Amino acid sequence: MERRTIFRGWLLPVAFVLPQLLLTFFFFLWPAGQAIYASMTRQDAFGIRTQFVGAENFTDLFSDPLYLDSIRRTVVFSASVAVLSMAVALLLAVFADREIRGRGLYRTLLIWPYAIAPAIAAVLWVLLLHPQIGWIGHGLRALGIHWDYKLDGAQAMLAVILASAWKQVSYNFIFFLAGLQSIPRAVIEAARMDGARGWRRFRTITFPLLAPTTFFLIVVNVVYAAFDTFGTIRALTRGGPGKATETLVYKVYVDGVENQNLGSSSAQSVVLMLAVILLTAIQFRYMGRKTER
Amino acid sequence: MNRRIDWTAHIVLILGVALFVLPVWLVFAGATQDPGAIDRGELSLLPNLHGFGVFADVLGNGVAGATPVWRMLAVSFGMALAIAVGKIAISLLSAYAVTFFRFPLRMVCFWTIFITLMLPVEVRIIPTYAVMAGFGLINSFTGLTVPLIASATATLLFRQVFLAIPDELVEAARMDGAGPWRFFRDILLPVSAANVAALFVILFVYGWNQYLWPLLVATDPRLDTIVIGIVKMIGTDSAVPWNKVMATSVLALLPPIAVVLLMQRWFVKGLTEGDK
Repeated sequence: MERRTIFRGWLLPVAFVLPQLLLTFFFFLWPAGQAIYASMTRQDAFGIRTQFVGAENFTDLFSDPLYLDSIRRTVVFSASVAVLSMAVALLLAVFADREIRGRGLYRTLLIWPYAIAPAIAAVLWVLLLHPQIGWIGHGLRALGIHWDYKLDGAQAMLAVILASAWKQVSYNFIFFLAGLQSIPRAVIEAARMDGARGWRRFRTITFPLLAPTTFFLIVVNVVYAAFDTFGTIRALTRGGPGKATETLVYKVYVDGVENQNLGSSSAQSVVLMLAVILLTAIQFRYMGRKTER
Repeated sequence: MNRRIDWTAHIVLILGVALFVLPVWLVFAGATQDPGAIDRGELSLLPNLHGFGVFADVLGNGVAGATPVWRMLAVSFGMALAIAVGKIAISLLSAYAVTFFRFPLRMVCFWTIFITLMLPVEVRIIPTYAVMAGFGLINSFTGLTVPLIASATATLLFRQVFLAIPDELVEAARMDGAGPWRFFRDILLPVSAANVAALFVILFVYGWNQYLWPLLVATDPRLDTIVIGIVKMIGTDSAVPWNKVMATSVLALLPPIAVVLLMQRWFVKGLTEGDK
């Protein structure tokens, strides 16, 4: 890295990093520090006096059954979204990688959903699943199924999982396809010569060679499901019915913005920060081929 | 080699495409239907050819009591553009500084930027709001965009690109007596042009699709983005004008999809070669 240094003087480079550093300090580090500080304080009911309480907010949090429920819910939700969207994406990528007519068109038609906003995906699914006006919702009712995701917690969870996974398929598809294309044709040919066919060839040769892509996507999808689905949940269910779809991020918003419980919300933020740090560390530990330092 | 048509592949892929095209088509067709019919659950797969006026209607007037859709599209467009251009600009500069200069606390700067990877807005909702309020940036376009412009990912990406530039090229530029600005313009910018294009797509979509941040910092309806606007429309418990919601959804989808499709080649390459 040192050999790259080609210009002298420090005024110019400092001027170059300054905008990035200022934004980082004011909008990332400072608020994060504030969150850590606030997580160790508690305000009285009128928000006038603030008292230092140490780790009390955290011990309260982890002895609160509602919070533990929310952790469990987030894990189930994230795992379902990751598995569902990755499975569909892998299936489509395997077939789009075949030498067939029109594969360029198929790829384009599977890539554009990358552009759909999580919240807009949710609106589309509202329009499909709505018990009164939605195609699927209406159809299910016609079949005699009591479908109303605004009243039934399990159905609500299903709806947010479907909308979240649907939006993410395209991203996973792009990566799986790139992963498949980077497998040398010779390896596949050799397996074909050895008589490994179809499913067996996929299971014993292709899938193991895709492992780095799969692992990378697991981390990305879990981060996506846990942190980027606030808009999806808000548009579809607003965390309800009851708290049936209240994930950890949604709960930070509800407790902090709607209920104005600063101490608890900050403690939850700090817990989430630790979770992101852990996930990022895992990602760089196993995927860190590019940023060695 | 294989002359037979691979029916399995075609069927799977057509179903896959339908999984994404069909919902959007349904919503598009639905937008043109009579609101009464939609309420009764009588959505048709075919658009009503006389109903296209709804698009012009929501663009110009919006839904009763809400901001017109053209205005929300303009706010979204401005936001996405400002975030994409801003992030690329300050990331190019900071990557340039940490890669080609030596200055005090260089690695401290690098790690400070790196850390922001671990602090997404979702985990620091309340304190960031407090900082924004302190700066008087609530309900301003600056507040909507500037805090989202800091980017560790883009800085890391450009640093990788710069580190991969062959020594000979750097050496040649040095021999030519290129100053910092000429080196940046004549060597670094052309070398990273493809990455800039790819990143532009990713960041434009990122900016367009923001929801939580605008929800927090902009309560003034005049600053409603299109995503915020649609969620507001379906959030009311009273009679929702479903045909207008559907028309607005279609309009909200078009710009980011157009950017992805127009720049597909760079985008796919850049996405899978960069870290994220």
